[in-house]
Amino acid sequence: MPSHLLTVIAFLPLLGVPALLLLRSDDHTWIRRIALAVSLAEFAISLFLLRGFDAVNAGYQFEEYYDWIARANIHYHLGVDGISLFLVLLTTFLTPLAILCSWQAIQENVKGFFIALLVIETAMIGVFVSLDLLLFFFFWELTLIPMYFLIGIWGHGRRIYAAVKFILYTMFGSILMLVAILWLYNLAGTFDLPDIQAKLQTGMVLLPARTELLLFGAFFLAFAIKVPLFPLHTWLPDAHTEAPTAGSVILAGVMLKLGTYGMLRFCLPLFPDASHRMAPLIGVLAIIGIVYGAMVATVQTDFKRLVAYTSVSHLGFVVLGIFAFSTISIQGAIFQMLSHGVSTGALFLGVGMLYDRRHTYEIKEYGGLVNPMPVLMSFFLFIALSSLALPPLNGFIGEFLILIGTFQNHHAWAAWAASGAVLSAIYLLWAYQRVGFGEVTVEKNRSLPDASGREGLILVTMAVAIIFMGVASPLFTRRMQSSTDSLLQQMDRVQSASRRQATPELAGKVAGVALVPSTNASPKKISLRRVQP
Amino acid sequence: MISFPSEQIGNFHRLAPEIILCAFGIVIMVADPFVQAAHKRALGWFAFIGTLSGLVGVHLMAHDPGNAYSDLIRADAFSIFVHGLVIGAAALAILGSFNYLDQENIQRGEYYALVLFATAGMGILAGANELVTAFIGLEMSSISTYVLAGFRRRAIESNEASLKYFVLGSFATAFFLYGIAMVYGATGTTRIDLIAGALQKMIADQGQIASLAILGLALMFVGLGFKVVVAPFQVYAPDVYEGAPTPVTALLASGPKAATFAVMLRIFCVSFGSAGNFWFWAVWISAVLTMIVGNFAALVQTNVKRMLAYSSIAHAGYILVAFAAGTDIGIAAVLFYLAAYALMKIGAFLVIAHLGQQGEKRLEITDYAGLGSRQPVLAICFSLFLLSLLGLPATGGFLGKFFAFQAALDSKIVWLVVIAAINSVIGAYYYLRVIVAMYFWEPSKEYVPSRVAPTLAFALAIAAVGTLYLGILPARVLYLAKVAADSIYLR
Repeated sequence: MPSHLLTVIAFLPLLGVPALLLLRSDDHTWIRRIALAVSLAEFAISLFLLRGFDAVNAGYQFEEYYDWIARANIHYHLGVDGISLFLVLLTTFLTPLAILCSWQAIQENVKGFFIALLVIETAMIGVFVSLDLLLFFFFWELTLIPMYFLIGIWGHGRRIYAAVKFILYTMFGSILMLVAILWLYNLAGTFDLPDIQAKLQTGMVLLPARTELLLFGAFFLAFAIKVPLFPLHTWLPDAHTEAPTAGSVILAGVMLKLGTYGMLRFCLPLFPDASHRMAPLIGVLAIIGIVYGAMVATVQTDFKRLVAYTSVSHLGFVVLGIFAFSTISIQGAIFQMLSHGVSTGALFLGVGMLYDRRHTYEIKEYGGLVNPMPVLMSFFLFIALSSLALPPLNGFIGEFLILIGTFQNHHAWAAWAASGAVLSAIYLLWAYQRVGFGEVTVEKNRSLPDASGREGLILVTMAVAIIFMGVASPLFTRRMQSSTDSLLQQMDRVQSASRRQATPELAGKVAGVALVPSTNASPKKISLRRVQP
Repeated sequence: MISFPSEQIGNFHRLAPEIILCAFGIVIMVADPFVQAAHKRALGWFAFIGTLSGLVGVHLMAHDPGNAYSDLIRADAFSIFVHGLVIGAAALAILGSFNYLDQENIQRGEYYALVLFATAGMGILAGANELVTAFIGLEMSSISTYVLAGFRRRAIESNEASLKYFVLGSFATAFFLYGIAMVYGATGTTRIDLIAGALQKMIADQGQIASLAILGLALMFVGLGFKVVVAPFQVYAPDVYEGAPTPVTALLASGPKAATFAVMLRIFCVSFGSAGNFWFWAVWISAVLTMIVGNFAALVQTNVKRMLAYSSIAHAGYILVAFAAGTDIGIAAVLFYLAAYALMKIGAFLVIAHLGQQGEKRLEITDYAGLGSRQPVLAICFSLFLLSLLGLPATGGFLGKFFAFQAALDSKIVWLVVIAAINSVIGAYYYLRVIVAMYFWEPSKEYVPSRVAPTLAFALAIAAVGTLYLGILPARVLYLAKVAADSIYLR
C-alpha cells in the first residue's frame, strides 16, 4: 500500500493556514494556540517516519510518485533517506519552539506571523523530501517569501535592508540553479533525481567535463550562498540581527541546512568529478569560514550578531565534512547539521529571551545576569557549552566525526579546522562571561525576572535534546550509515562510468584526483533506482 | 430564407469571433446616443456580453477549423488559443473599466465599442494567413487603441500618450507594410504558408534567399517589434503606458502584445523558417537589449505604473528568449508565457487603476505604504501578481519563464538563458520594492481607501486564480499551447 505519510507531513502545516484565517485578527490567544497545536501535531506525525524507517535500506523510503505536469515530464516525487530523515524531524522539532518563543514577543499582526511560520515549515519540509528537481526548486524558492516577510515586518531597526539583501542574494544563486536544472533535463531527459542518478551510474548519460563543472558550479553557488560559505556569507549577519527570534531560529536552525543538504543531495552524487576537482578550493574556503567566522564572532559587541557569526564557523565544518568525501566525515556533517540546528537554535532562543526583557542585543548592556536570573543563565551556559562542542554534548559528536573523517584524507585540513573548535570556546565563553558573570553593571538588570514557565519549557526541551543527541548519537548515525555509504558508492560508480567512456587523456586527468575508498562499505546490495518509463 | 453555400458557413464559423465582436461594437455605437449618461454602464455590460459571445465564437471556430475566405484567414489551434487569450483579456479589461470610467467621469459607449473593435483586430492578427490581412488586423487594433490611449481627454498626459502612440505607431505599421511589399516582390506571394515554399524554391534554384526578402523580413521585424515593445523600438512605451487610462494600459500590455507575437511567430517560424540563421541573431540581440533596458530602467522608477510599463518591456524580452528557439517547443513556451503574462499584468494594472483614485493621482510608490494593513486582500492580490511577474514558483510567471528557458536551452541557446536568468533577479528588486512599501512601511494617515467594486473584485479574482492555476496545474493550458504550436506548421 502506498504511504502518503510524506505528503501529510509536508502539507499539514498549510492546513493550519485557513484555520488561522478564519479566526478574528485580534484573537491572539487562539491564533497562538492553534498554530502551536498544528505544529505539535506535525511533530507527532513526523515521528512516525522513525518507526517506519528501515535503517538498512540505503534507498529512498516512503516514496510517492505521481504525474504532476506530465507533458513537461515533471512529477510529484517524494521520498526520504538517511540524509534527509533527520532534517525533516529537525524542522518539525524546531517549529513548535519557534512558535512558543513568539508567544509574547509578537504582538502586532499576530495572525500573519504564525501563517508565515507555518508556510515556511511546509516549504522547508518540501525541500527535504522532494526527489524531483523542479519540485525541489519549487519548495526551495517558496521558503524565501515567508522568511522575507518575517524579517521585513517583524524584524528590528534595519529590517528592510536585511530582508531585501537576504532575498536578492538567495535568488541570485537559485536562478542559476534553475538554468542548471533545465540544462540537466535536456541532457538526461528527466527531472527525476533517482532516475538521473541511475542514468549517470550506468553511463547512459555522460556529462562532458566542462559541462559537469558548469552545472556543478551553478548548483554549488546556490547552495554556498544559502549555507553561507565564505565569502558569500555577508547577508547572514544582517538577516539574523534584524530578524525576530523565531525567524532566527528557523533561519539558523533549518534554512542554512537547505544549502548543505543540497550539496549532499545534488552536487556530490550528480557531479562527482567536478566535486573532486573543486574540493581543494571548497575545503580551503570552508576552513577560512571556520576560522574567520570564529574570529569575527569574537569581536562582536552585538550578542545576536555574535551568534550569527558562529553559524558561519559551524557551517564551515559541515561543508568541510562533506567535501572530505569519507563516510565518517559525511555522517559527521549530517550530524553537525542537526546539532547546529538544535544548539544555535537554542542560543538564538536564549538571546531572544534576553531581548524580550531588555530590548537590546548589546553585550555591554548586560553583565552579571546570573544573579537576577540563575535558572535562565544556567541553561544558557549549558547551551553555550553544547555549541562549543563540549563532550558528551551534541556539538562534540558532529565536530569530532568531521575531524576524524577529514583527517583520514586531508591531515592539514583537519589540523586547521581543529583550531575552530578552540576559537569557539573563546568567543562563546568570553561572551558568556561578559553577559553572565561579574557585577551587575546596569541598574535595570537587577530586577529582571527569571525564566517564566513557557521559557522554562523551551529551555528544558532544548537541554534534553542536547543531551539526548550527545549520548544517544548511534541512534542517529545508525540510520545515516547506509545512505552515506551508498552516496559515496554512487560517486565512484558515476566516475567510473564516465572514465570508461572518456578519452585516455581525460581518464588520466580524472585518475589523478585522489579517490576516496569508501570505508565501511556496506556489503548489502544497494538497490538501484527504478527507471521510470 | 436566405441560404448560404456550405463553404460560406465555414467562413462564418472561422471568422465568428470577429463577426460577433464587431456586431456588438456596432450596436453599441448606434445605441450610444440614445442611452442617457447615467445609464452608460449598461453599454459596458453589453460589451462584456459581447466578449463572452466572442468566446462562444471561438468555440464555433474550434469546431470547424480550416482556412476561410480564400485562405486569407486560418482557423487552427494556434489561432484559437490566441483568440481565447485576447478576448479573455478584453473581458477582464472591460470588467475593470466600469468603476474607473465613472471615477474619471468618462463613462461613454464608444470606449467599450473601441475595446471590442481593437479585440476583433487582434483576432484577425492571430488568424491571418496572409500578410495584408495581418496588416488590416494590425491597423484595426492599433487605431482603436490610439483613441483609447487618449480617452482621458482632459488629462494632458493621456493626450500625449495618444499622440505619441499614433505618430510612432503609424511609422511602425508603415514599416510593416513596406516589408510586406518587399517580401511580395521577392517571392510573388503574400500568403504566409506559400512564402515558405517560395523561399525553399529560391534556395534550391539560387542557393540562397534573395536579399530583398531578408530586407522585407527586417522591416517587418521593426514594425511588429514596435507593437510588442522590444528594444530598440521601445522608447514610446513607458510614456504611452503611463499616460493611457490604466484599464487601457492593462489591455495594451496584454492583448496587442499577444496578437502581434502570434503573427510574428507565424511569419518568422512558418514563412521564414528557412531563414532562421538570418533572424536568430536579430532576435537574440533584441532580447538582450529588451531585458536590460526594461529591467534597468524599471529599477529607478518611483511611479509604480511607469515601473510596470518598463517591466512589460522586460517581459517582452523573456518572451523573445523562447522565440529565439524557433522550435515548436519554443512556440508553445511563447504561448504559455503570453497567457500567464496577460493574467498577471492585467491583474496588476487593474489594482493600480483602483488605487490611483480620481485623476490617477496616487501612483507613486510612497502611496502604497502600509497597504498591507489598510486593505489586506487587495495587497495580497497585488503581491501575488508582482511575485508572478518576478517569477516565483507556484505562479504562472514562474512556469512561463521556466518553459521559455527550457525551450531555449533545448535549442542550445545557453548564454541568452543565463542573461535572462540574471535579468530576472535584477527584476526581483523593483517588484519587491513595492511589496516592501505595502507591508514594511507605515501607512500614510491621509489615505482614504476606496471600496473595491464587485466587478473589479471579480476581475481580480479571475486574474489571481488564473495566475495560481497556471502556476500549480499548468498541464491543460500547456497541452493546448503544444497543440497550437504544432498546428501552425500543418498544411
